[in-house]
Amino acid sequence: MPRFRHALSALTLAFAATLPAHAADLRIGLAADVSSLDPHFVNIAPNIALSSHLFESLTSVDANGKLQPGLATSWKAVDPTTWEFKLRRGVKFHDGSELTADDVVFSLDRPATLTNSPGPFTSYTKPIVAKQVVDRYTVRLKTATPYGPLPLDVNSIFIVSKKAAQNATPEDFNSGKALIGTGPFKFASFKRGEAIELVRNPQYWGEKPAWDKVTFRILTSDAPRLAALLAGDVDAIENVPTADIARLKANPKFVLAQRASWRTLFWQLDQWRDNSPYVTDKAGKPLAKNPLKDVRVRQAISKAINRDALVERTLEGLAIPAGNIVSPGILGNAKALKPEAYDPEGAKKLLAAAGYPDGFALTLHGPNNRYINDEQVVQTVAQLLTRVGIQAKVETLPLSAYFGKARAGDYSVALLGWGSLAGDFALRSLVGTPNPDTGWGSWNWGRYSNPKVDQLVAASLASVEPQEREKLAEQAATQALKDYAVIPLYHQYASWGLKKGIKFTPRVDEFSFAWQFKPE
Amino acid sequence: MSGFMIRRLIQALLVLLTMSALVFVAVFAIGDPLALLVDPQADRHDIARVRAGLGLDQPWWVQYARFVGAMAHGDLGRSFVHGEPAIRLVLERMPATLELAVAALLIALLVGVPLGLWVGLQPRSWSARLIDALSLLGFSLPTFWVGMMFIMLFGVWLGWLPTGGRGETTLWLGIPLSIGSLDGWRHLLLPALTLALFKCSLLLRLTASATREALRQDYVRFARARGLHPARIVFVHVFKNILIPIVTVSGLEFGSLIAFAVVTETVFAWPGMGKLLIEAIGQLDRPVVVAYLLVTVTLFVTINLVVDLLYALLDPRVRLRSRP
Repeated sequence: MPRFRHALSALTLAFAATLPAHAADLRIGLAADVSSLDPHFVNIAPNIALSSHLFESLTSVDANGKLQPGLATSWKAVDPTTWEFKLRRGVKFHDGSELTADDVVFSLDRPATLTNSPGPFTSYTKPIVAKQVVDRYTVRLKTATPYGPLPLDVNSIFIVSKKAAQNATPEDFNSGKALIGTGPFKFASFKRGEAIELVRNPQYWGEKPAWDKVTFRILTSDAPRLAALLAGDVDAIENVPTADIARLKANPKFVLAQRASWRTLFWQLDQWRDNSPYVTDKAGKPLAKNPLKDVRVRQAISKAINRDALVERTLEGLAIPAGNIVSPGILGNAKALKPEAYDPEGAKKLLAAAGYPDGFALTLHGPNNRYINDEQVVQTVAQLLTRVGIQAKVETLPLSAYFGKARAGDYSVALLGWGSLAGDFALRSLVGTPNPDTGWGSWNWGRYSNPKVDQLVAASLASVEPQEREKLAEQAATQALKDYAVIPLYHQYASWGLKKGIKFTPRVDEFSFAWQFKPE
Repeated sequence: MSGFMIRRLIQALLVLLTMSALVFVAVFAIGDPLALLVDPQADRHDIARVRAGLGLDQPWWVQYARFVGAMAHGDLGRSFVHGEPAIRLVLERMPATLELAVAALLIALLVGVPLGLWVGLQPRSWSARLIDALSLLGFSLPTFWVGMMFIMLFGVWLGWLPTGGRGETTLWLGIPLSIGSLDGWRHLLLPALTLALFKCSLLLRLTASATREALRQDYVRFARARGLHPARIVFVHVFKNILIPIVTVSGLEFGSLIAFAVVTETVFAWPGMGKLLIEAIGQLDRPVVVAYLLVTVTLFVTINLVVDLLYALLDPRVRLRSRP
């Protein structure tokens, strides 16, 4: 039956030909909803993650948080207040037009024009006081004072096509009409709150993605997201629910990918009020002064916390103890700063020396739906503090209520997690002397203030020489942590769950980009 | 009749106003949406600009007055987070929720009423006892747990049905619906069953007790005495009489189906209004929360009105005219 055999092999061939096409679809379960497709509308992680597939910036950030060329092939400070960016030549937008310096200037101008944005990108564009098109492929950005982090700042501003975005409304972006970028993927469809589909951009200048089509499913609740992975409805999920990590690890059909992320958790302690609202003596009466203002008390609290046990038991191994504010490998992480050793006796001695031999009472505040096992972390620390004589109560709230109250200064000791790609940036927001005019210390809930730290942070931000900047950022961190401005606890892990047969490179900034996934 | 309608409309408007004021103050009291949305490096000018841009720089009563003024023109404001009109976001999600609620109600009616009739007619049979016991389970199991068990069983272990999402939709009169395709049905089945379970038990027990009660009535005895066929007694005389409580409860429960859908939608990642609401609360996206509640209250009021009108149709003793 030669003919039959022929038909059969043709059929096999046909199957073989269709298989790779099918295998080149990727479905990812996202843990947070994408609220808008306009890449400049609101500065929140889920939106940035999606926009990164369609759009690119002048610079890019690799999996380890290091700055890499993006749409600009190189950049340098031609003088202390002028950065020059050389654009990549021959980059095409999704509509076929070429990327030029005009698009870059337009994109950098655009965030300031969006008046009803609830979380504008203007913090990144504000340092730029003038933009100059030198030629078709060269842009100069001027700052008022020397400003080192500009190349990192412009990483947050996606370059859109001037032609497509000039008169576009948010609706035009959400319908895909104005979604014209240079990124490795093109827009296919958007079902709000449900799914977003992208297709490969065949004209992409860089490494072509391995997938023809990528579907992002919005699965904000933990159990359905995990169920979708287990049932094969999606190929990968981000943010694996903590309680299920062990089970996923044991299942041979799936792979668990993890790495320590940029998110560091620490305590903010009230260092500005003489009578802190949640610090009393053990009988509940106000104290003569606020003990948290005494560095010995802050040090005692730090020593009373058994970080190894906290990480091993409360966090089920999903973190590493921290002695720094930014994660290892990130600019400004001082290697010399080690996690504080557990020393309850030392803590008691310090408390006695500070005039509190019998301790005192306080309430620890934290969120209960934001970080890994956050409520249990607060409880564990409360128990540890009680052991050294600080009677600690616990109060946790949902994030939506917690952040507002914490930023208003309602708490005495409050838990905060922070992810940053530069130590000087983090220090500026977290321990810089609060100044609403400059935005310094906007998350410095404890209002720690040390002119020396401010100076070092300012010098670090002003240095356009990377090595010098790194040194200054580390000095600033060392100084602030010597004062126990905040008490670092641990760097949190990020976890992804994958179907077997997919390779994945986790990123320090917790993003899930389609090109990190590769068929094995 | 028209007096009845006018009174109802005025009541509805009052409810809407009270609801919107309550929600407005409640969301205002939870926290500041800007604390969640503005990026950490923003300075005072940035924050002030954003606050003013969203109208959040005013005291809450000014914001509320502005909101009511705009509402009179049919404008419920733009979502803070999505940047699109809040009412559009809610209406965009409404077909998914209504479809789910209608499917659940139909399942509850088609399963609950016949079984209830059976239990009411043959209360001593073993099958009736079994059904009765099962209905107790349906009453007491929490929705989210049942949903998760369904997902584990049919989605993960057996792999028969998808674990969540809405699947393929087809347009009917411009409205995207799941029931037009097999894929849509596969996605709809589990969430609809989950949502229906409680209502099914409720209708079952209601029908059973109403039937038992009706069987003791004089008209049934007389009908028996006249020698009418038992089937005619049950399906014409008894059924007509028990229909009134069933319609009332179904109507009222349809409203609560829409409200309970919040849980089911979350468990099944069903892109309905409920899921939108949960996320809007999490982000303090007040325009969306208010728009959702206004739409839901309007739905409730409409449903109650329809139930009252149906009453009059079913029971000639009910008059909708106001009494002198």
